Amino acid sequence: MVSNINSKAVSSHRRLWTKSRIHNLLTDILIYTFLTVIALTCVLPFIHVFSKSISNEAYVIANKIVLLPKGFTLDAYKKIFADLSIIKSLCVSITVTIAFTVLGMIITIFAAYPLSRKSLKGRSVLTFLFMFTMYFSSGIIPEYLLINELNLLDTWWAMVLPLAFSPYNLLIMKTTLQSNISDSLIESAVIDGAGQFRILRSIVIPLSKPIIATLSLFYAVGRWNAYQDALFYIKQNTDLRPLQLKLYYLVVAATESFQAVAEGSAQFTNPEVLKASCIMFATIPIICIYPFVQKYFVQGTMIGAVKG
Amino acid sequence: MKFAKSTNNVKSDSNYFIYGSNQKNYKKKGFHFYLKKDWQLYLLLLVPIAFALIFKYGSLFVLVIAFKDYKILKGFTGSEWVGFKVFEKVFKMRDFGKSIRNTLLLNGLTLILGFPLPIILALLLNEVKNKYFKKITQTLLYLPHFLSFVIIGAIAYQIFGLASGVVNNLMEAAGHVRIPFLQEDTHWLVTYVLISVWQTMGWGTIIYLAAITSVNPELYEAATVDGAGRWAKCVHVTLPCIKSTVVILLIMNLGKIMGGSFESVNALMNVATTEYTNTIPVLVYRLGLSNGKYSEATAIGLFQSVVGLILVVGSDFIAKRLGEEGIF
Repeated sequence: MVSNINSKAVSSHRRLWTKSRIHNLLTDILIYTFLTVIALTCVLPFIHVFSKSISNEAYVIANKIVLLPKGFTLDAYKKIFADLSIIKSLCVSITVTIAFTVLGMIITIFAAYPLSRKSLKGRSVLTFLFMFTMYFSSGIIPEYLLINELNLLDTWWAMVLPLAFSPYNLLIMKTTLQSNISDSLIESAVIDGAGQFRILRSIVIPLSKPIIATLSLFYAVGRWNAYQDALFYIKQNTDLRPLQLKLYYLVVAATESFQAVAEGSAQFTNPEVLKASCIMFATIPIICIYPFVQKYFVQGTMIGAVKG
Repeated sequence: MKFAKSTNNVKSDSNYFIYGSNQKNYKKKGFHFYLKKDWQLYLLLLVPIAFALIFKYGSLFVLVIAFKDYKILKGFTGSEWVGFKVFEKVFKMRDFGKSIRNTLLLNGLTLILGFPLPIILALLLNEVKNKYFKKITQTLLYLPHFLSFVIIGAIAYQIFGLASGVVNNLMEAAGHVRIPFLQEDTHWLVTYVLISVWQTMGWGTIIYLAAITSVNPELYEAATVDGAGRWAKCVHVTLPCIKSTVVILLIMNLGKIMGGSFESVNALMNVATTEYTNTIPVLVYRLGLSNGKYSEATAIGLFQSVVGLILVVGSDFIAKRLGEEGIF
């Protein structure tokens, strides 16, 4: 009797529970499937190109590669490493990115710290002066003519100096300093006899390490990925082409040939494989650091989103 | 307790008094006083000011060539003033009207398709309870944002190319004819918009996910008590709570509709398609840097900048009217 009632209660309870559970489960399956499909579209193209880059040329010419490599070979990569101009481009990209990031951070900190002090006279005027450049640009041609006028065309400086001042990064840095570094902290340091340079070096910079890391990554990845300015400013001096521009000429515009092909090496090399490996050569550095920097990027973007 | 509170009050009062008198003193002093007090800060500011003046404001002076018949040999000052003649000439150009249409078309379509998608993705990601699945999905979704337009363009040709693109290979294997995704005008337009949307959809979820996490959990509890299911909670709790974020982002994006990315279009265009690839920045590049018509190209760029500024300021005004915190 008792057990009968119990089983009835349990079964009715279970039926209800099962119904809502089925409903929930179906919704979950739909959501998970949809998200999986969308996420796969973000990664499958790279897998395809990667497989192409390590496949045997014969399979690539026959359009046989979909997602898995066929006839594994690293010949294309060997050719890239043998092509001095590509390695040179990589070195240019690395050098320019490091110089640009260091300079950009110096400018950003030098601007953000004074502007974050409420007692500074002329603060709002200067902030407006800096922020105005974010909303009004003079355009491609005036910038080009200016670089021309300054005799910076075809020099390293053309890729380092013009974009080093970034109002957007300045805004993020300033907002962060205003909320992280209290006025009383600075005041007590001043009372202890520290000058502003000392305060900047010993208090502000050590306390802002996370945001400095974030903005450095903003600068570095931005510089690494940009090719527009290099396309405009680096014309004659082909040794100064950064990797993205090199890739642009080799693969997208296809106005340039690979050394391995141009020199007419005995073995025929299908440019398709070389193209794919060249794309991967430029992509792999980003993918390697990506998992580690993603967190900082998300944080920085959220700070930036609060204002504009 | 009371005693402590009252002394506190007295203290803060006296503090206030001192501070107030100090401020009065400050007001009497001239600019040189502040320069003496904060000279180190001003010294620091010299570096960014120099960069902003040279590289941002310096090029503003070059804008005068939009009102001159600029010849490289004569220089900025030597060239003749022609008033608005350059603008008149530019406005009559067929390519100019087309470039405006193309800019609005590419940005508009990208906005229509690309704006709702991050919201939907954020709402779906919010429903995912499995921590690891969520993390992996987000990581994959953010990936395209980190790659340059050159890489995106190059990969697009590997995927959608006519002769050897993998999509066409698969379709041919399935008995379908090859489609010129990137080699024919209308197909190019659709492909470009889809690639733009694809590249930005994941990154766009960040701000909505942040907005969703700040929704008061009590609202969900109350909704559960009222018998709301997942769908009802999503529609009646989450969406209204992130509405202001959605509205402000929509307005801000509308303000950017005249802007144009040179890099994304340039990395995807080719000789086979010219109808929709000729956006304002591409036209400026072609006229100025390829044909040496600096005055015309500058005038077009100036037109775009001015309209863009008006749109941004206007959208900011509307956002403030709606009670949101604007950008200025």
